[in-house]
Amino acid sequence: MKYVDEFRDREKAEALIREINTVVAGIDLARHRPINIMEVCGGHTHSIFRYGLEGMLPKEIELIHGPGCPVCVLPMGRVDDCVAIAERPEVIFTTFGDAMRVPGSKKSLMQAKAAGADVRMVYSPMDALALARKNPGREVVFFALGFETTMPSTALTVLQAEAEGVRNFSLFCNHITIVPTIKAILDSPDLQLDGFLGPGHVSMVTGTAPYQFIARHYRRPLVVAGFEPLDILQSIWMVLKQIRDGRAEVENQYARIVSDAGNAAALAAVGRVYELREFFEWRGLGSIDHSGVRLRAAYAHFDAEKRFAIPNVTIADPSSCQCGEVLKGVIKPWQCKMFGGACNPETPLGALMVSSEGACAAHYQYGGVQRRMGVA
Amino acid sequence: MMSIVARPKPRNLGKLMVSHVTVAHGGGGKAMKDLIDDVFVSAFDNDLLAPLEDQARLDLAALARHGDRLAFTTDGYVVDPLFFPGGDIGKLAICGTVNDLAVGGAVPLHLSCAVVIEEGMAVETLRAIARSMAATARAAGVSIVTGDTKVVPRGACDKIFITTTGIGVIRPGLEIGADRARPGDIVLVNGRLGDHGAAILCARGDMALQSPVESDCADLSGLIAALLAAVPGVRFMRDATRGGIATVLNELAAASRVAIEIDETATPIDEGVRGFCEILGLDPLYLANEGKIVIAVAPEDAAVALAALRAHPLGRDACAIGKVTAGEAGRVSMNTLFGGRRIVDMLVGEQLPRIC
Repeated sequence: MKYVDEFRDREKAEALIREINTVVAGIDLARHRPINIMEVCGGHTHSIFRYGLEGMLPKEIELIHGPGCPVCVLPMGRVDDCVAIAERPEVIFTTFGDAMRVPGSKKSLMQAKAAGADVRMVYSPMDALALARKNPGREVVFFALGFETTMPSTALTVLQAEAEGVRNFSLFCNHITIVPTIKAILDSPDLQLDGFLGPGHVSMVTGTAPYQFIARHYRRPLVVAGFEPLDILQSIWMVLKQIRDGRAEVENQYARIVSDAGNAAALAAVGRVYELREFFEWRGLGSIDHSGVRLRAAYAHFDAEKRFAIPNVTIADPSSCQCGEVLKGVIKPWQCKMFGGACNPETPLGALMVSSEGACAAHYQYGGVQRRMGVA
Repeated sequence: MMSIVARPKPRNLGKLMVSHVTVAHGGGGKAMKDLIDDVFVSAFDNDLLAPLEDQARLDLAALARHGDRLAFTTDGYVVDPLFFPGGDIGKLAICGTVNDLAVGGAVPLHLSCAVVIEEGMAVETLRAIARSMAATARAAGVSIVTGDTKVVPRGACDKIFITTTGIGVIRPGLEIGADRARPGDIVLVNGRLGDHGAAILCARGDMALQSPVESDCADLSGLIAALLAAVPGVRFMRDATRGGIATVLNELAAASRVAIEIDETATPIDEGVRGFCEILGLDPLYLANEGKIVIAVAPEDAAVALAALRAHPLGRDACAIGKVTAGEAGRVSMNTLFGGRRIVDMLVGEQLPRIC
């Protein structure tokens, strides 16, 4: 497959691994403790497991799987709100596929569907708008979810609905923004991170400027990374070189997609439709200031939170969950007391077991082969 | 007196004069008889079905000529859309059950067919499905010898559900089972993986993705017969339907208490299916197949088995994808094309497209 296979070339991978080993040999820190590099984005976590990258890296490198899976970090209370909206008889509730299985305090959207709610899986918010046009007698609600990657598409859908005068369409907005969360992680006292792989898809929209504070203020290197396995290895190599050379900069490995300025048209649409919330609740991390967005007052008629009465109850994470510690790199997924027992992909307790991009679910399914086989 | 002729005189078959099925066709009266006669009996036409008794009567001696063990299986078929590139629910309902018999080493012989029809279905659609079943059965050398028809109110089923049950006979000497794999065995497949799953997802049309991928839906009994003729010592065979080859490999590893290692570079996947999976974030190892089998053979039999498979049109792209090892029992892993290694576990639920 053209433009894909080139980025999965085994010989280039082997060459990069040799380079990575050389660089690691020049880092003093690596002699005392592992170098912890966090990949922020769930898409990276998925690739790392899909291609077995952890097993290829030298043992001095630990990859910490970050909070960048929007499905995982969705709090239970918000899922309950989704279910409450979906169960209204006039509503057609539309959602991306992987949000169907996220457990609420009582049920998931999949269970609500089985019990009779009209929940439909769509592949784009524009599909939801098309459903609204086709079903003028029903209320079509789209479950808007994700970081800056998906924000422009939902913003443009709202603008399109406004232009067409579609009145039976609304968004249940759960969009979140990654930067405040990275900051919250960097501010935590038990932090042990030495560098970051920056989220490629988010950066395609936002550009690289929002990460500058990580390099300047927190003195940690960040490399915006693509999602193919060679992208990830090259980005790790770039982070390591910064560590070896005592640099802390924002670099862009994914320049074939990401420009430093980002996508102006997408940012304009997002800015027109959304504004920051004062705070938003993250599963596993708690409430984080300015980490979510909502529809601006001018588009309030498209806001499902305003159109429908929702329970809006905060449900605390189970006290036994150690998702927060896993997210910050304090413990590994399999070191959590609940991992693989009470918390498994069938009945996830914690955020990270929810979606295949979550660190724990990825560990459970694709496994750190050596670790689960008891080799390391 | 002359001996009594076993086959009764065929009665006059009813004719269906309407364009759509109604609940009246499930009522047990003339309308139902007309539907069964005109759509099913006329299409399936064979001596064992013709008497239209409540049961087909099979000659035991005739069965015993094929072997020493009876194989017996059943499967329900529901698919949306009913007609898709490469097949339809009728072809699927025959091939699926024939394949389930064949992978056990049985010669498939007779099928039953029960259909549940949603009222409002066009009679022409039903005829097309019945014709497809009849043609597929004929080509596979099996006869549909008994059946049942029900009509349910709109909404009580999705257009049509078909259940086929099949019997076949296993010849002496064949011992094929999920518990028989041994370390060192070679794992083979008869061609490219995931075509059916990808074709069905595309054909549903709700992804606005177009792909030339066709379902691999096929009767594999001929291919399997050729394989067993060449290698009677085949250890394991299973068709990799729902859950894909990942599921079958996990079942094999668990039942035989062995580990299985497959190579991503050796795993044949159509470029179109790969592209489709890339876009939706799906894993082709978990996509359904309707014409692919996973086979385990002793290492010394691998070359002969591969040659036999490749000599058949349905095994042209057959290849060895991995091997059975003495590693952790039940563990399936894949050496990725990138040089890494990952676990291939059972899927928890169904595969869902990823958000971004």
